[in-house]
Amino acid sequence: MAINEDAGSAPARAAFHNDPKVRAAFYQIALFVLVAWAGYEFVTNARENLSAQNIATGFGFLNNTAGFSVNQTLIPYNEADTYARVFWVGLLNTLLVAALGIVCATIIGFTVGIARLSSNWLVARLAGAYVELIRNLPLLFQILFWYLAVLGTLPNPRGSVTIPSFAFGWPDPLQLALFVAVLGIAFFLAKSPPRVPLPAAASLQRGAAALLVLWAILRVLPEVGLMRAGDGVVFLNNRGVFVPAPVFEPGSGFVGLALLVGLAAALAVAWRGRQQRQATGKGGVALPLVIAIAFGPALLALIVTGFPVRFDMPQLRGFNFAGGIRVIPEFVALLIALSTYTAAFIAEIVRAGVLAVSHGQTEAAYSLGLRPGPTLRLIVVPQAMRVIIPPLTSQYLNLTKNSSLAVGIGYPDLVAVFAGTTLNQTGQAIEIIAMTMAVYLLISLVTSLFMNWYNARVRLVER
Amino acid sequence: MSDITAPGHAFVRTELVAPAPPPATSTGVVGWIWMRLFGGWLNTLLTVASLYLIWRIVPPVLDFLIFDAVWTGSSRDDCLAEQIGREVGACWPFIRAKFTQLVYGFYPWEEHWRVDLTFALGAALLVPLLIPRVPYKGLNAILFFGVYPFVAFFLLVGGKMSMFALGLTAATVELVLDGIAGMGALPVVGPLLTTIAYLLAIVTWPFRALLGALDWGPGPLWNDVILTGITACAVVWYVTRRSGAAERRRALLITLAAMLAIVLVIKALGADTGRLPYVETRAWGGLLVTLVVAVTGIVASLPLGIMLALGRRSRLPVVRFLSVVFIEFWRGVPLITVLFFATYMLPLFLPNNWSIDSLLRALVGVALFSAAYMAEVVRGGLQAIPRGQYEGAMALGLGYWRMMGLIVLPQALKLVIPGIVNTFIGLFKDTTLVLIVSIFDFLGQLRAAFADPNWSTPVTLFTGFAFAGLVYFAFCFGMSRYSLFIERRLNVQRR
Repeated sequence: MAINEDAGSAPARAAFHNDPKVRAAFYQIALFVLVAWAGYEFVTNARENLSAQNIATGFGFLNNTAGFSVNQTLIPYNEADTYARVFWVGLLNTLLVAALGIVCATIIGFTVGIARLSSNWLVARLAGAYVELIRNLPLLFQILFWYLAVLGTLPNPRGSVTIPSFAFGWPDPLQLALFVAVLGIAFFLAKSPPRVPLPAAASLQRGAAALLVLWAILRVLPEVGLMRAGDGVVFLNNRGVFVPAPVFEPGSGFVGLALLVGLAAALAVAWRGRQQRQATGKGGVALPLVIAIAFGPALLALIVTGFPVRFDMPQLRGFNFAGGIRVIPEFVALLIALSTYTAAFIAEIVRAGVLAVSHGQTEAAYSLGLRPGPTLRLIVVPQAMRVIIPPLTSQYLNLTKNSSLAVGIGYPDLVAVFAGTTLNQTGQAIEIIAMTMAVYLLISLVTSLFMNWYNARVRLVER
Repeated sequence: MSDITAPGHAFVRTELVAPAPPPATSTGVVGWIWMRLFGGWLNTLLTVASLYLIWRIVPPVLDFLIFDAVWTGSSRDDCLAEQIGREVGACWPFIRAKFTQLVYGFYPWEEHWRVDLTFALGAALLVPLLIPRVPYKGLNAILFFGVYPFVAFFLLVGGKMSMFALGLTAATVELVLDGIAGMGALPVVGPLLTTIAYLLAIVTWPFRALLGALDWGPGPLWNDVILTGITACAVVWYVTRRSGAAERRRALLITLAAMLAIVLVIKALGADTGRLPYVETRAWGGLLVTLVVAVTGIVASLPLGIMLALGRRSRLPVVRFLSVVFIEFWRGVPLITVLFFATYMLPLFLPNNWSIDSLLRALVGVALFSAAYMAEVVRGGLQAIPRGQYEGAMALGLGYWRMMGLIVLPQALKLVIPGIVNTFIGLFKDTTLVLIVSIFDFLGQLRAAFADPNWSTPVTLFTGFAFAGLVYFAFCFGMSRYSLFIERRLNVQRR
C-alpha cells in the first residue's frame, strides 16, 4: 500500500476532499443550506396558500370580537370580548388545573411511593397494583373514563352525592365518639413506648396549645357556615361539583392582613430557630408553635371583627343548586385523571429516590439511636430529595403538557378555546398554533432553568 | 489465674450451649405473617385497612366483569336489569356487536382479510424477534423494520403501483430542481441558484429522460423494477470492488435474491395490476389505526432518534445546534399541539398541489414527536459509553460512521433498551390522542360506539371502558414486562 514510503518525509497530507476540516465545513454548510431551503419553501408556500385561501395574516385578529362563550373563566369574560381575552382565559384555566393537579399528584404520589416501600406486605402490594394499573392505561382513556363513566352517570341534583355524607352536625354523639377516638389514637401515638418523656412544662404547653386550637376551630367553623346539622358541604351530581363559596364582607381585609402578618411572623420565628440550631446545636422551634403564630392572629381577627368571612353554602332550589361555587365536571374529571396518572409516576420516582439512599445511612442513624421517624425525616428524605427533585420537575412539566388533553372532554383550557375554537373561527393556524406552542415552550424553558439552578445548588460537594 | 477445670468445682460446662431457635414469631409462615402484616399496632391497622379496601374493590369488580355479567344477547334489552330481572354487570354482547368496528373501523367488510393478514404477518415477524433464542435475528430485523412496513402499506392501502425506486428518485429530483428554480427571484443568491438548477437539470437530464420513456413492453413499473435491479447490482459490484471474488459474487447473489423477492411480493400483492381495491385511510379505524400509528411511530422514531442523538453529540456546531433546537422544541410542547400543527399548519407549509392524507399527517406528527424523546434516551446511552471505546475505535482507524455503527451504538443501544421500551409504551398510549384530530382509533371507535342508542344501557359505558382498558393494559403491561425480562437477561450477561 501507499503508506510505507520513506519515513523521513513530512506526513502525507490528505487529499483536499478527505481533509476532516473541509469535510466538516462542507457537511455543515450543506445541512444549513438544506434547512434554510426548507424554511424558505415553507414560508413561500404558506404565503401562497394563505393568499389563495383568503386567510388574513398577522396578529390583528387578537383584537377581534370572539363571540363565543366559555363555561369556566377565572377573569371576567363575555362573548363581546376579544380573542386576546380568550387567550388569557384559556391560559389561566390551563394554569389552574396544572397547579391543582401538581399539588394533588404530589400528595398522592408520595403517599403511594412510600406505601410501596412499606414493610407491610399488603400495603406494598396494593400500592404496586395502583402504579401498574394506572401507568399502563392511556391518559386520555382515563380522562374519558372519569368524565363519561364516573361523572357522567352521577344522579341529577336532587339525588346528589353528598360529601361528607354524615356532615358536620354539632353536637352529634357520633361525631363526638369519632372525635374522642381520634384524640385517643393521637394520645396513643404520643405515648408509644421507648420515647424520652417530654418535660412536664412542655407537655402542659402542648396540651394548652391543642385545646386553644380546638376551641378556635369549634368556635369558628359554625360561625363561617361550614357546620350545618344533617346537611352536606360538597355536592356531586351530573351538573358538576358544588362547593361552598367564600364571601368577603367589609372587614375581611383586616383578617387577610392578620393572616399575612401571622405567616410572616411564623416564617421569621422558624428561620431564627433554625439559625440558632445551626449555630449552637440547641433550640429550634416546635412546629405547633409555628402553626399557632401563623394562623393565630387571623383566627383572633376573625373573632374580633365578627366573622366577616363566611362561606356561602350550596342549597338545593328546585331542580338545581343555588349558591356556592359550581365546579364544572370537565374540570373535576381532568383533575382526577391528571393527578392520579401523574401520581403513579411520582410514586415510582419517590420509591427510586428512597432506595437510592444506601442502607448504611439508615443503619448509621439507628446506631446513633434515632428512631425510624426522625431517621426518615432527617437522614433519608434530605438525601432522597436530591435524586427525586429533577425527575419530579419533569413530571410536573408532563402534567402541565398533558393538561392539554382537556380538549378531549371540552374543558376550556388554552388548547381547547384558543387552538381549538379560535382557530376554527379565524383559520389563522400559523399564528395561533405558534402562540400556543410558545406558551408551553416558555413554561418548559423556565422549569428547566429552575432545574439547572436547583441541581447546581444541591450538587454533592466533593473534595 | 486459677484453673477452673481443676477438681473441686462441682460442675464445669465443657461445650457451648446450642443456640436457641429464633422465636416462633419471626420464622416460617407464621413469622412472615407476623412481621409483614401484624408487627405493631400501626402495621395491624394498615393491614386491616388494606383488607377492607380489597374487600370493597375486588368482589364488586369480579361481580361486574364475570359473575353478574351478561354473556349472550343481541340487543340492549338483554342488558337491562328491569328486563332480565337481576343485577346486571358487564354487557359483553355490546362488545361482540361492536367488535368489528372496534378492530377494523369502517374498513370494507370483504377486505378484512387484508387487515388480518397484516396483523398475522406482523406477529409472525415480531414474535421470533422478541424471543432471544430464535436465530437469524439480523435477517428477521431487516424483514420487520425494512420490508414489513412496505408490504403492510400495500396490503392495507391496496391500489396500483405506478413506479418503483428509480421513478421515485426521479420525482424527488424533479421536485428539488423545481424548488431551486423557484428561488430564482431571491436577491443576490437568486441568479446563482438558477444557474445551479440549470446545471443540475442538464446533468440529470439523461436519467429523467430515461424514466420518462419507460412506458413500453411490460409497463413502467416492471421496467422501473428491472432498471432498479440492474442499478442495485452495479452499485453492489462497485462497492465490493476491494473484496474477494467469492464475497463479491455472494453480495451480488443476495442483491438478486432480494430483487426477486421484491418482484414476488409485488406479484403476490397484485400491486402491478391493482388487484387489491384501494381503501382510503378515512375508512380505517379502531385497533387497526392504533397499531398502524404505534408501529409507524416505533419504526420511524428509532432511526430518527438515533440520528438526532448523534447530531446532538456531534463536534460540528451547526449540526449540534440544529439537533438541540429540534429535540428541545418537540419535547417542550404537548403532543396535542403537535397534532394540531400537523393537521392545520403542515398543509399550509407544503405546495398547494400536495394533498397529504390526514392519517399520514398525524403519523408525521407522532413520528417527529417520539423521535425527539427517543433521541434523549439514546443520548443517555451514548454518554454512558466510556471514552476508551471511542478512542479504541479511532486507534483502529475506524471513521466516524464505522466507529458509531460497529463499536459505540451496539453497546449504547443495549444499555438503554428499557428506556427505549418505555418510550414505545408512551408512544402506544399517546396514539389515543389522534382521536382529537378526528382519526378514529380504538378509543375513538369506542366513543363512537357509546353513542349508539340501540345499546344504551346503564352498564354500556363501564363495559366499554373495561374492555378497552383490558386491551390497552395487555399491550402496555406486556411491553413493560418484556423490557424487564430483557434488562435482567442483559444484566446476567454483563456479570
